[in-house]
Amino acid sequence: MDTNVLFIFILAVFVGFEVISKVPSMLHTPLMSGTNAIHGIILFGGILVLADASTHLAQALGFVAVIFGSANVFGGFMVTDRMLQMFKKKK
Amino acid sequence: MSSTIALTIIGVAVLFIIGIKLLSSPKTARRGNLVAAAGMLVALLVLHKPGGDYVWSQGWPFNYTLIAIGTVIGLIIGAIGAYSVKMTAMPQMVALFNGLGGGAAALVASLEFYRGAHSFEGITAFIAVAMLFATLIGSLSFSGSIIAYLKLEGKFEKPMTFPGQNVLNGLILLVILGLCGWLTVNDGVDNATTAFIVMFALALFFGIAMVMPIGGADMPVVISLLNSFTGLAVAADGFAINNLAMIVAGTLVGSSGTLLTLLMCKAMNRPVTNVLFGAFGSGGGGGKAGTGDLAGKSVKPIQADEAALLLAYAQRVVVVPGYGMAVAQAQHQVRELSDELGKRGVEVQFAIHPVAGRMPGHMNVLLAEANVPYDQLCEMEAINPTMDRVDVCLVIGANDVVNPAAREEKTSPIYGMPIIEADRCKSVIVMKRSMAAGFAGIENHLFYKDNTRMLFGDAKASLQTLITQLKAS
Repeated sequence: MDTNVLFIFILAVFVGFEVISKVPSMLHTPLMSGTNAIHGIILFGGILVLADASTHLAQALGFVAVIFGSANVFGGFMVTDRMLQMFKKKK
Repeated sequence: MSSTIALTIIGVAVLFIIGIKLLSSPKTARRGNLVAAAGMLVALLVLHKPGGDYVWSQGWPFNYTLIAIGTVIGLIIGAIGAYSVKMTAMPQMVALFNGLGGGAAALVASLEFYRGAHSFEGITAFIAVAMLFATLIGSLSFSGSIIAYLKLEGKFEKPMTFPGQNVLNGLILLVILGLCGWLTVNDGVDNATTAFIVMFALALFFGIAMVMPIGGADMPVVISLLNSFTGLAVAADGFAINNLAMIVAGTLVGSSGTLLTLLMCKAMNRPVTNVLFGAFGSGGGGGKAGTGDLAGKSVKPIQADEAALLLAYAQRVVVVPGYGMAVAQAQHQVRELSDELGKRGVEVQFAIHPVAGRMPGHMNVLLAEANVPYDQLCEMEAINPTMDRVDVCLVIGANDVVNPAAREEKTSPIYGMPIIEADRCKSVIVMKRSMAAGFAGIENHLFYKDNTRMLFGDAKASLQTLITQLKAS
Protein backbone atom coordinates (compact mmCIF):
# COMPACT_ATOMS: atom_id res chain seq x y z
CA MET A 1 0.00 0.00 0.00
CA ASP A 2 1.47 3.30 -0.87
CA THR A 3 1.04 6.16 1.53
CA ASN A 4 0.24 8.62 -1.27
CA VAL A 5 -3.26 7.19 -1.45
CA LEU A 6 -3.71 7.62 2.28
CA PHE A 7 -2.45 11.17 1.95
CA ILE A 8 -5.07 11.90 -0.72
CA PHE A 9 -7.73 10.32 1.49
CA ILE A 10 -6.87 12.58 4.45
CA LEU A 11 -6.89 15.69 2.26
CA ALA A 12 -10.26 14.69 0.79
CA VAL A 13 -11.69 14.39 4.30
CA PHE A 14 -10.80 18.00 5.01
CA VAL A 15 -11.94 19.27 1.63
CA GLY A 16 -15.30 17.56 2.19
CA PHE A 17 -15.72 19.34 5.51
CA GLU A 18 -14.62 22.73 4.20
CA VAL A 19 -16.56 22.75 1.00
CA ILE A 20 -20.01 22.46 2.57
CA SER A 21 -19.47 24.39 5.78
CA LYS A 22 -21.26 27.44 4.38
CA VAL A 23 -24.36 25.84 2.88
CA PRO A 24 -27.70 27.54 3.63
CA SER A 25 -30.15 25.05 5.11
CA MET A 26 -32.51 25.52 2.16
CA LEU A 27 -30.02 23.60 0.06
CA HIS A 28 -29.49 20.73 2.48
CA THR A 29 -31.86 18.36 0.71
CA PRO A 30 -30.46 18.98 -2.79
CA LEU A 31 -26.96 18.77 -1.38
CA MET A 32 -27.66 15.46 0.29
CA SER A 33 -29.17 14.25 -2.94
CA GLY A 34 -26.23 15.55 -5.00
CA THR A 35 -23.60 13.93 -2.81
CA ASN A 36 -25.75 10.79 -2.87
CA ALA A 37 -25.33 10.80 -6.65
CA ILE A 38 -21.57 11.28 -6.36
CA HIS A 39 -21.16 8.09 -4.35
CA GLY A 40 -22.91 6.45 -7.29
CA ILE A 41 -19.36 6.22 -8.61
CA ILE A 42 -19.63 2.77 -7.04
CA LEU A 43 -21.03 1.83 -10.47
CA PHE A 44 -17.42 1.78 -11.65
CA GLY A 45 -16.55 -0.60 -8.85
CA GLY A 46 -19.36 -2.81 -10.09
CA ILE A 47 -18.11 -2.55 -13.68
CA LEU A 48 -14.57 -3.48 -12.63
CA VAL A 49 -15.57 -6.55 -10.61
CA LEU A 50 -18.02 -7.70 -13.26
CA ALA A 51 -15.43 -7.24 -16.02
CA ASP A 52 -13.14 -9.66 -14.21
CA ALA A 53 -15.82 -12.05 -12.92
CA SER A 54 -14.93 -15.65 -13.67
CA THR A 55 -17.68 -17.67 -11.98
CA HIS A 56 -21.45 -17.58 -12.43
CA LEU A 57 -21.89 -16.45 -8.84
CA ALA A 58 -19.47 -13.57 -9.34
CA GLN A 59 -21.19 -12.64 -12.58
CA ALA A 60 -24.62 -12.67 -10.95
CA LEU A 61 -23.54 -10.60 -7.95
CA GLY A 62 -21.52 -8.23 -10.13
CA PHE A 63 -24.53 -7.79 -12.37
CA VAL A 64 -26.67 -6.82 -9.37
CA ALA A 65 -23.93 -4.43 -8.19
CA VAL A 66 -23.90 -2.75 -11.62
CA ILE A 67 -27.70 -2.34 -11.61
CA PHE A 68 -27.65 -0.90 -8.08
CA GLY A 69 -24.74 1.42 -8.82
CA SER A 70 -26.24 2.56 -12.10
CA ALA A 71 -29.60 3.34 -10.46
CA ASN A 72 -27.74 5.23 -7.74
CA VAL A 73 -25.70 7.39 -10.10
CA PHE A 74 -28.28 8.11 -12.80
CA GLY A 75 -31.26 8.37 -10.47
CA GLY A 76 -29.24 10.49 -8.06
CA PHE A 77 -28.20 13.11 -10.60
CA MET A 78 -31.62 13.19 -12.23
CA VAL A 79 -33.55 13.58 -9.00
CA THR A 80 -31.18 16.33 -7.85
CA ASP A 81 -31.57 18.15 -11.15
CA ARG A 82 -35.32 17.86 -10.89
CA MET A 83 -35.24 19.41 -7.43
CA LEU A 84 -32.90 22.22 -8.41
CA GLN A 85 -34.73 23.02 -11.60
CA MET A 86 -37.41 24.44 -9.35
CA PHE A 87 -35.19 26.96 -7.59
CA LYS A 88 -36.07 29.93 -9.75
CA LYS A 89 -35.88 33.62 -9.11
CA LYS A 90 -38.95 35.81 -9.29
CA LYS A 91 -40.07 36.24 -12.89
CA MET B 1 -1.58 3.94 -14.40
CA SER B 2 -0.30 6.27 -17.07
CA SER B 3 0.25 9.91 -16.22
CA THR B 4 -2.52 10.98 -18.62
CA ILE B 5 -4.99 8.94 -16.61
CA ALA B 6 -3.56 10.23 -13.34
CA LEU B 7 -3.95 13.82 -14.53
CA THR B 8 -7.49 13.15 -15.70
CA ILE B 9 -8.35 11.72 -12.28
CA ILE B 10 -7.10 14.93 -10.71
CA GLY B 11 -9.44 16.78 -13.06
CA VAL B 12 -12.29 14.50 -11.99
CA ALA B 13 -11.59 15.23 -8.31
CA VAL B 14 -11.62 18.96 -9.06
CA LEU B 15 -14.93 18.63 -10.92
CA PHE B 16 -16.48 16.85 -7.91
CA ILE B 17 -15.20 19.48 -5.48
CA ILE B 18 -16.38 22.37 -7.66
CA GLY B 19 -19.69 20.57 -8.14
CA ILE B 20 -20.30 20.30 -4.39
CA LYS B 21 -19.15 23.89 -3.96
CA LEU B 22 -21.60 25.17 -6.60
CA LEU B 23 -24.35 23.08 -4.99
CA SER B 24 -24.03 25.25 -1.91
CA SER B 25 -25.47 28.40 -3.47
CA PRO B 26 -29.04 28.61 -4.82
CA LYS B 27 -27.94 30.45 -7.96
CA THR B 28 -25.35 27.91 -9.03
CA ALA B 29 -26.74 24.73 -7.49
CA ARG B 30 -28.14 23.26 -10.67
CA ARG B 31 -24.91 23.87 -12.54
CA GLY B 32 -23.04 22.26 -9.63
CA ASN B 33 -25.01 19.07 -10.05
CA LEU B 34 -24.21 19.01 -13.77
CA VAL B 35 -20.51 19.67 -13.10
CA ALA B 36 -20.42 16.68 -10.74
CA ALA B 37 -22.22 14.57 -13.35
CA ALA B 38 -19.63 15.65 -15.94
CA GLY B 39 -16.91 14.55 -13.53
CA MET B 40 -18.59 11.16 -13.35
CA LEU B 41 -18.63 10.83 -17.15
CA VAL B 42 -14.94 11.71 -17.45
CA ALA B 43 -14.09 9.20 -14.72
CA LEU B 44 -15.98 6.53 -16.67
CA LEU B 45 -14.06 7.28 -19.85
CA VAL B 46 -10.67 6.81 -18.18
CA LEU B 47 -11.72 3.82 -16.04
CA HIS B 48 -8.80 1.48 -15.50
CA LYS B 49 -8.51 -1.93 -13.91
CA PRO B 50 -6.84 -2.44 -10.55
CA GLY B 51 -3.75 -3.70 -12.39
CA GLY B 52 -3.61 -0.53 -14.48
CA ASP B 53 -5.13 -1.80 -17.76
CA TYR B 54 -7.50 0.53 -19.49
CA VAL B 55 -10.99 -0.98 -19.23
CA TRP B 56 -12.29 0.07 -22.62
CA SER B 57 -9.47 -1.46 -24.66
CA GLN B 58 -9.97 -5.09 -23.65
CA GLY B 59 -12.13 -6.25 -26.53
CA TRP B 60 -15.71 -7.15 -25.74
CA PRO B 61 -16.02 -10.29 -23.63
CA PHE B 62 -19.45 -11.52 -22.48
CA ASN B 63 -19.07 -9.77 -19.13
CA TYR B 64 -19.10 -6.44 -20.94
CA THR B 65 -22.51 -7.27 -22.38
CA LEU B 66 -23.66 -7.91 -18.82
CA ILE B 67 -22.20 -4.55 -17.77
CA ALA B 68 -24.08 -2.78 -20.56
CA ILE B 69 -27.37 -4.52 -19.78
CA GLY B 70 -27.00 -3.89 -16.03
CA THR B 71 -26.18 -0.23 -16.55
CA VAL B 72 -29.19 0.27 -18.81
CA ILE B 73 -31.51 -1.48 -16.32
CA GLY B 74 -30.15 0.74 -13.53
CA LEU B 75 -30.58 3.81 -15.74
CA ILE B 76 -34.20 2.93 -16.38
CA ILE B 77 -34.91 2.25 -12.69
CA GLY B 78 -33.16 5.50 -11.73
CA ALA B 79 -34.98 7.57 -14.36
CA ILE B 80 -38.39 6.17 -13.46
CA GLY B 81 -37.72 6.77 -9.76
CA ALA B 82 -36.35 10.26 -10.29
CA TYR B 83 -39.07 11.53 -12.61
CA SER B 84 -42.12 9.82 -11.16
CA VAL B 85 -41.56 10.62 -7.50
CA LYS B 86 -43.74 13.32 -5.97
CA MET B 87 -41.88 16.26 -4.50
CA THR B 88 -43.26 15.37 -1.07
CA ALA B 89 -41.73 11.90 -1.32
CA MET B 90 -38.27 13.18 -2.25
CA PRO B 91 -36.61 12.13 1.03
CA GLN B 92 -37.72 8.52 0.49
CA MET B 93 -36.26 8.53 -3.00
CA VAL B 94 -32.90 9.77 -1.77
CA ALA B 95 -32.98 7.06 0.90
CA LEU B 96 -33.67 4.42 -1.72
CA PHE B 97 -30.92 5.52 -4.10
CA ASN B 98 -28.54 5.69 -1.16
CA GLY B 99 -29.49 2.15 -0.13
CA LEU B 100 -28.79 0.88 -3.64
CA GLY B 101 -25.39 2.56 -3.59
CA GLY B 102 -24.64 0.95 -0.23
CA GLY B 103 -25.73 -2.45 -1.54
CA ALA B 104 -23.49 -2.05 -4.58
CA ALA B 105 -20.56 -1.07 -2.36
CA ALA B 106 -21.08 -4.17 -0.20
CA LEU B 107 -21.33 -6.45 -3.27
CA VAL B 108 -18.20 -5.02 -4.87
CA ALA B 109 -16.22 -5.53 -1.68
CA SER B 110 -17.61 -9.04 -1.23
CA LEU B 111 -16.67 -10.04 -4.77
CA GLU B 112 -13.17 -8.72 -4.33
CA PHE B 113 -12.92 -10.61 -1.07
CA TYR B 114 -14.33 -13.75 -2.67
CA ARG B 115 -11.76 -13.54 -5.43
CA GLY B 116 -9.00 -12.93 -2.91
CA ALA B 117 -10.09 -15.91 -0.85
CA HIS B 118 -9.67 -18.20 -3.87
CA SER B 119 -6.55 -16.95 -5.60
CA PHE B 120 -5.02 -15.92 -2.41
CA GLU B 121 -2.10 -13.66 -3.03
CA GLY B 122 -1.29 -10.03 -2.75
CA ILE B 123 -4.01 -9.06 -0.30
CA THR B 124 -2.44 -7.03 2.46
CA ALA B 125 -4.05 -6.68 5.84
CA PHE B 126 -4.84 -3.08 4.92
CA ILE B 127 -6.74 -4.11 1.78
CA ALA B 128 -8.56 -6.84 3.72
CA VAL B 129 -9.67 -4.30 6.31
CA ALA B 130 -10.86 -1.96 3.55
CA MET B 131 -12.91 -4.75 1.96
CA LEU B 132 -14.45 -5.82 5.26
CA PHE B 133 -15.20 -2.22 6.15
CA ALA B 134 -16.90 -1.63 2.79
CA THR B 135 -18.95 -4.82 3.17
CA LEU B 136 -20.02 -4.01 6.71
CA ILE B 137 -20.85 -0.33 6.16
CA GLY B 138 -22.31 -0.86 2.69
CA SER B 139 -24.71 -3.60 3.76
CA LEU B 140 -25.89 -1.83 6.89
CA SER B 141 -26.44 1.29 4.79
CA PHE B 142 -28.47 -0.83 2.35
CA SER B 143 -30.80 -2.37 4.93
CA GLY B 144 -30.91 0.78 7.07
CA SER B 145 -31.90 2.93 4.08
CA ILE B 146 -34.70 0.56 3.17
CA ILE B 147 -36.08 0.75 6.70
CA ALA B 148 -35.77 4.56 6.54
CA TYR B 149 -37.62 4.48 3.22
CA LEU B 150 -40.42 2.35 4.70
CA LYS B 151 -40.67 4.57 7.77
CA LEU B 152 -41.04 7.67 5.60
CA GLU B 153 -43.68 5.85 3.58
CA GLY B 154 -45.59 5.58 6.84
CA LYS B 155 -44.88 1.91 7.58
CA PHE B 156 -43.91 1.26 11.21
CA GLU B 157 -43.22 4.94 11.66
CA LYS B 158 -43.22 4.65 15.44
CA PRO B 159 -39.93 3.82 17.09
CA MET B 160 -39.66 0.13 17.95
CA THR B 161 -37.98 -0.33 21.26
CA PHE B 162 -37.55 -2.97 23.88
CA PRO B 163 -35.48 -3.07 27.05
CA GLY B 164 -31.83 -3.85 26.50
CA GLN B 165 -32.04 -2.98 22.82
CA ASN B 166 -28.90 -0.87 22.76
CA VAL B 167 -27.09 -3.63 24.62
CA LEU B 168 -28.26 -6.24 22.11
CA ASN B 169 -27.26 -4.02 19.18
CA GLY B 170 -23.91 -3.45 20.82
CA LEU B 171 -23.42 -7.21 21.15
CA ILE B 172 -24.29 -7.78 17.47
CA LEU B 173 -21.80 -5.10 16.51
CA LEU B 174 -19.16 -6.76 18.68
CA VAL B 175 -19.75 -10.11 16.98
CA ILE B 176 -19.49 -8.42 13.56
CA LEU B 177 -16.25 -6.71 14.51
CA GLY B 178 -14.93 -9.95 15.97
CA LEU B 179 -15.66 -11.76 12.71
CA CYS B 180 -13.99 -8.95 10.75
CA GLY B 181 -10.94 -9.20 12.96
CA TRP B 182 -10.80 -12.97 12.54
CA LEU B 183 -11.21 -12.65 8.77
CA THR B 184 -8.41 -10.10 8.50
CA VAL B 185 -6.02 -12.54 10.09
CA ASN B 186 -7.42 -15.72 8.58
CA ASP B 187 -8.79 -14.85 5.16
CA GLY B 188 -8.12 -17.48 2.57
CA VAL B 189 -8.70 -20.39 4.95
CA ASP B 190 -11.50 -22.86 4.22
CA ASN B 191 -14.26 -21.48 6.38
CA ALA B 192 -13.46 -17.84 5.64
CA THR B 193 -16.32 -17.74 3.13
CA THR B 194 -18.80 -18.98 5.73
CA ALA B 195 -17.57 -16.46 8.27
CA PHE B 196 -17.84 -13.79 5.61
CA ILE B 197 -21.44 -14.69 4.78
CA VAL B 198 -22.37 -14.67 8.47
CA MET B 199 -20.73 -11.27 8.82
CA PHE B 200 -22.63 -9.96 5.78
CA ALA B 201 -25.97 -11.23 7.13
CA LEU B 202 -25.33 -9.78 10.58
CA ALA B 203 -24.41 -6.41 9.04
CA LEU B 204 -27.68 -6.39 7.10
CA PHE B 205 -29.53 -7.22 10.30
CA PHE B 206 -27.63 -4.57 12.21
CA GLY B 207 -28.74 -1.92 9.70
CA ILE B 208 -32.36 -2.84 10.40
CA ALA B 209 -31.84 -3.03 14.18
CA MET B 210 -30.12 0.35 14.15
CA VAL B 211 -32.89 2.24 12.34
CA MET B 212 -35.98 0.49 13.76
CA PRO B 213 -35.85 2.21 17.18
CA ILE B 214 -35.60 5.67 15.60
CA GLY B 215 -38.83 7.61 15.02
CA GLY B 216 -40.01 8.71 11.58
CA ALA B 217 -39.29 12.35 12.42
CA ASP B 218 -35.59 11.65 12.76
CA MET B 219 -35.25 9.89 9.42
CA PRO B 220 -33.59 12.90 7.73
CA VAL B 221 -30.70 12.64 10.15
CA VAL B 222 -30.55 8.88 9.61
CA ILE B 223 -30.57 9.22 5.82
CA SER B 224 -27.86 11.85 5.94
CA LEU B 225 -25.78 9.61 8.18
CA LEU B 226 -26.31 6.55 5.97
CA ASN B 227 -25.45 8.70 2.95
CA SER B 228 -22.08 9.51 4.46
CA PHE B 229 -21.68 5.82 5.42
CA THR B 230 -22.19 4.79 1.82
CA GLY B 231 -19.61 7.41 0.80
CA LEU B 232 -17.08 5.88 3.19
CA ALA B 233 -17.89 2.36 1.97
CA VAL B 234 -17.27 3.52 -1.60
CA ALA B 235 -13.96 5.07 -0.55
CA ALA B 236 -12.97 1.79 1.12
CA ASP B 237 -13.88 -0.04 -2.09
CA GLY B 238 -11.65 2.44 -3.90
CA PHE B 239 -8.77 1.37 -1.66
CA ALA B 240 -9.60 -2.30 -2.24
CA ILE B 241 -9.62 -2.08 -6.04
CA ASN B 242 -7.05 0.69 -6.30
CA ASN B 243 -9.32 3.28 -7.88
CA LEU B 244 -8.38 6.83 -6.98
CA ALA B 245 -11.56 8.45 -8.33
CA MET B 246 -13.66 6.24 -6.05
CA ILE B 247 -11.49 7.06 -3.04
CA VAL B 248 -11.79 10.80 -3.62
CA ALA B 249 -15.52 10.80 -4.46
CA GLY B 250 -16.41 8.46 -1.59
CA THR B 251 -14.35 10.39 0.93
CA LEU B 252 -15.80 13.74 -0.13
CA VAL B 253 -19.30 12.35 0.36
CA GLY B 254 -18.32 10.69 3.63
CA SER B 255 -16.92 13.83 5.23
CA SER B 256 -19.41 16.32 3.84
CA GLY B 257 -22.24 13.94 4.77
CA THR B 258 -20.93 13.65 8.33
CA LEU B 259 -20.81 17.42 8.64
CA LEU B 260 -24.31 17.74 7.19
CA THR B 261 -25.58 15.18 9.73
CA LEU B 262 -24.03 17.16 12.58
CA LEU B 263 -25.47 20.43 11.23
CA MET B 264 -28.91 18.84 11.16
CA CYS B 265 -28.60 17.60 14.74
CA LYS B 266 -27.37 21.02 15.78
CA ALA B 267 -30.47 22.61 14.27
CA MET B 268 -32.56 20.38 16.54
CA ASN B 269 -30.22 21.01 19.44
CA ARG B 270 -29.74 17.30 20.00
CA PRO B 271 -26.48 15.43 20.09
CA VAL B 272 -26.24 12.86 17.31
CA THR B 273 -25.98 10.08 19.90
CA ASN B 274 -29.38 11.09 21.27
CA VAL B 275 -30.95 10.76 17.81
CA LEU B 276 -29.41 7.36 17.18
CA PHE B 277 -29.80 5.75 20.58
CA GLY B 278 -32.36 7.90 22.40
CA ALA B 279 -35.60 6.56 20.86
CA PHE B 280 -36.88 10.10 21.21
CA GLY B 281 -40.52 10.75 20.36
CA SER B 282 -41.63 7.36 21.57
CA GLY B 283 -44.18 9.12 23.76
CA GLY B 284 -43.02 7.19 26.80
CA GLY B 285 -41.02 8.50 29.75
CA GLY B 286 -41.30 12.20 30.76
CA GLY B 287 -42.21 13.33 27.27
CA LYS B 288 -45.34 15.14 28.42
CA ALA B 289 -43.56 17.77 30.43
CA GLY B 290 -45.42 21.01 30.90
CA THR B 291 -48.95 19.81 30.23
CA GLY B 292 -49.84 20.65 33.82
CA ASP B 293 -49.85 24.43 33.45
CA LEU B 294 -52.23 24.16 30.52
CA ALA B 295 -55.04 22.82 32.69
CA GLY B 296 -58.07 25.07 32.40
CA LYS B 297 -56.71 26.84 29.35
CA SER B 298 -58.36 26.33 26.01
CA VAL B 299 -57.56 27.15 22.43
CA LYS B 300 -59.50 29.78 20.51
CA PRO B 301 -60.74 28.66 17.13
CA ILE B 302 -61.19 31.05 14.20
CA GLN B 303 -63.33 30.81 11.08
CA ALA B 304 -61.88 31.17 7.61
CA ASP B 305 -63.66 34.46 6.80
CA GLU B 306 -62.30 36.12 9.92
CA ALA B 307 -58.83 34.76 9.21
CA ALA B 308 -59.04 36.14 5.66
CA LEU B 309 -59.86 39.61 7.02
CA LEU B 310 -56.99 39.45 9.46
CA LEU B 311 -54.60 38.59 6.64
CA ALA B 312 -56.01 41.12 4.17
CA TYR B 313 -55.52 44.06 6.53
CA ALA B 314 -52.06 43.05 7.71
CA GLN B 315 -48.95 44.84 6.54
CA ARG B 316 -46.53 42.03 7.08
CA VAL B 317 -47.37 38.34 7.08
CA VAL B 318 -44.95 35.53 7.83
CA VAL B 319 -45.84 31.99 6.80
CA VAL B 320 -44.31 29.12 8.78
CA PRO B 321 -44.75 25.90 6.80
CA GLY B 322 -44.27 22.47 8.34
CA TYR B 323 -44.73 18.82 7.55
CA GLY B 324 -48.52 19.29 7.60
CA MET B 325 -48.22 21.40 4.46
CA ALA B 326 -46.26 18.64 2.76
CA VAL B 327 -48.79 16.00 3.76
CA ALA B 328 -51.71 18.10 2.53
CA GLN B 329 -49.76 18.89 -0.69
CA ALA B 330 -50.78 22.47 -0.04
CA GLN B 331 -47.68 24.24 -1.39
CA HIS B 332 -49.47 25.51 -4.51
CA GLN B 333 -52.32 26.96 -2.45
CA VAL B 334 -49.75 28.57 -0.15
CA ARG B 335 -48.17 30.27 -3.15
CA GLU B 336 -51.55 31.37 -4.46
CA LEU B 337 -52.45 32.86 -1.08
CA SER B 338 -49.12 34.63 -0.94
CA ASP B 339 -49.66 36.07 -4.46
CA GLU B 340 -53.16 37.18 -3.56
CA LEU B 341 -51.86 38.96 -0.44
CA GLY B 342 -48.99 40.42 -2.45
CA LYS B 343 -51.50 42.00 -4.85
CA ARG B 344 -53.06 43.77 -1.90
CA GLY B 345 -49.71 45.19 -0.87
CA VAL B 346 -49.17 42.81 2.03
CA GLU B 347 -45.53 41.88 2.50
CA VAL B 348 -45.33 38.08 2.65
CA GLN B 349 -42.31 36.12 3.78
CA PHE B 350 -41.75 32.46 4.54
CA ALA B 351 -39.90 31.49 7.68
CA ILE B 352 -38.13 28.22 7.13
CA HIS B 353 -37.01 26.21 10.12
CA PRO B 354 -33.97 24.12 9.22
CA VAL B 355 -35.65 20.87 10.24
CA ALA B 356 -39.23 21.62 9.24
CA GLY B 357 -40.64 18.72 7.26
CA ARG B 358 -38.88 15.45 6.85
CA MET B 359 -35.53 16.69 5.58
CA PRO B 360 -33.56 19.87 5.98
CA GLY B 361 -34.56 22.08 3.12
CA HIS B 362 -37.67 19.99 2.48
CA MET B 363 -39.89 23.07 2.72
CA ASN B 364 -37.66 24.99 0.30
CA VAL B 365 -37.94 22.24 -2.26
CA LEU B 366 -41.73 22.10 -1.95
CA LEU B 367 -42.16 25.87 -2.10
CA ALA B 368 -39.77 26.04 -5.03
CA GLU B 369 -41.93 23.47 -6.79
CA ALA B 370 -44.87 25.83 -6.31
CA ASN B 371 -42.79 28.68 -7.83
CA VAL B 372 -42.35 30.66 -4.64
CA PRO B 373 -39.30 32.81 -5.42
CA TYR B 374 -36.49 31.79 -3.12
CA ASP B 375 -35.73 35.37 -2.06
CA GLN B 376 -39.06 35.31 -0.25
CA LEU B 377 -37.82 32.39 1.87
CA CYS B 378 -36.08 33.44 5.06
CA GLU B 379 -33.96 31.36 7.34
CA MET B 380 -34.86 31.13 11.00
CA GLU B 381 -31.90 33.17 12.26
CA ALA B 382 -32.62 35.96 9.79
CA ILE B 383 -36.32 36.32 10.51
CA ASN B 384 -36.48 35.78 14.28
CA PRO B 385 -35.19 39.26 15.26
CA THR B 386 -37.97 40.83 13.18
CA MET B 387 -40.85 38.75 14.51
CA ASP B 388 -42.14 41.54 16.81
CA ARG B 389 -43.02 43.56 13.74
CA VAL B 390 -45.06 40.82 12.10
CA ASP B 391 -48.82 41.43 12.04
CA VAL B 392 -49.96 37.90 11.28
CA CYS B 393 -47.97 34.73 11.51
CA LEU B 394 -49.60 31.91 9.57
CA VAL B 395 -48.44 28.52 10.85
CA ILE B 396 -49.31 25.82 8.31
CA GLY B 397 -48.92 22.31 9.66
CA ALA B 398 -45.87 23.14 11.76
CA ASN B 399 -45.77 22.26 15.43
CA ASP B 400 -42.60 21.54 17.38
CA VAL B 401 -40.57 24.12 15.42
CA VAL B 402 -42.77 26.93 16.77
CA ASN B 403 -43.21 25.58 20.31
CA PRO B 404 -42.13 28.23 22.82
CA ALA B 405 -41.49 25.45 25.35
CA ALA B 406 -38.11 25.12 23.65
CA ARG B 407 -37.31 28.54 25.08
CA GLU B 408 -39.33 28.61 28.28
CA GLU B 409 -39.49 25.15 29.84
CA LYS B 410 -36.33 23.66 31.15
CA THR B 411 -37.99 20.26 31.63
CA SER B 412 -39.28 20.02 28.06
CA PRO B 413 -37.58 17.42 25.87
CA ILE B 414 -37.13 20.04 23.18
CA TYR B 415 -35.72 22.66 25.57
CA GLY B 416 -32.92 24.57 23.88
CA MET B 417 -33.93 23.71 20.32
CA PRO B 418 -33.89 26.88 18.22
CA ILE B 419 -37.45 27.71 17.13
CA ILE B 420 -39.20 30.22 14.91
CA GLU B 421 -40.52 32.66 17.49
CA ALA B 422 -44.05 32.84 16.17
CA ASP B 423 -45.39 33.64 19.63
CA ARG B 424 -43.80 37.10 19.43
CA CYS B 425 -45.91 38.12 16.43
CA LYS B 426 -48.91 40.41 16.97
CA SER B 427 -51.27 37.60 16.07
CA VAL B 428 -50.88 33.99 15.08
CA ILE B 429 -53.15 31.78 12.99
CA VAL B 430 -52.38 28.09 13.30
CA MET B 431 -53.73 25.81 10.57
CA LYS B 432 -53.94 22.30 11.89
CA ARG B 433 -56.04 19.22 11.40
CA SER B 434 -56.55 18.44 15.07
CA MET B 435 -55.00 19.03 18.45
CA ALA B 436 -52.71 16.01 18.07
CA ALA B 437 -49.16 16.51 19.31
CA GLY B 438 -46.21 16.90 16.96
CA PHE B 439 -43.37 14.41 16.51
CA ALA B 440 -41.86 15.28 19.85
CA GLY B 441 -45.13 14.14 21.47
CA ILE B 442 -45.53 17.26 23.59
CA GLU B 443 -48.14 19.97 23.98
CA ASN B 444 -47.55 23.24 22.17
CA HIS B 445 -48.01 26.30 24.36
CA LEU B 446 -48.23 28.52 21.32
CA PHE B 447 -51.72 27.18 20.65
CA TYR B 448 -52.90 28.42 24.06
CA LYS B 449 -51.49 31.95 23.86
CA ASP B 450 -53.90 34.89 23.93
CA ASN B 451 -52.86 36.10 20.48
CA THR B 452 -53.24 32.68 18.83
CA ARG B 453 -56.26 31.48 16.85
CA MET B 454 -56.68 27.94 15.56
CA LEU B 455 -58.02 27.30 12.06
CA PHE B 456 -58.89 23.62 12.11
CA GLY B 457 -59.16 21.50 8.99
CA ASP B 458 -57.09 20.16 6.11
CA ALA B 459 -54.49 22.78 5.17
CA LYS B 460 -55.27 22.57 1.47
CA ALA B 461 -59.02 23.04 1.93
CA SER B 462 -58.56 25.83 4.48
CA LEU B 463 -56.15 27.67 2.22
CA GLN B 464 -58.53 27.32 -0.70
CA THR B 465 -61.30 28.91 1.39
CA LEU B 466 -58.97 31.73 2.43
CA ILE B 467 -58.05 32.41 -1.20
CA THR B 468 -61.70 32.46 -2.27
CA GLN B 469 -62.57 34.82 0.58
CA LEU B 470 -59.70 37.15 -0.30
CA LYS B 471 -60.64 37.22 -3.97
CA ALA B 472 -64.26 37.96 -3.14
CA SER B 473 -63.61 40.82 -0.72
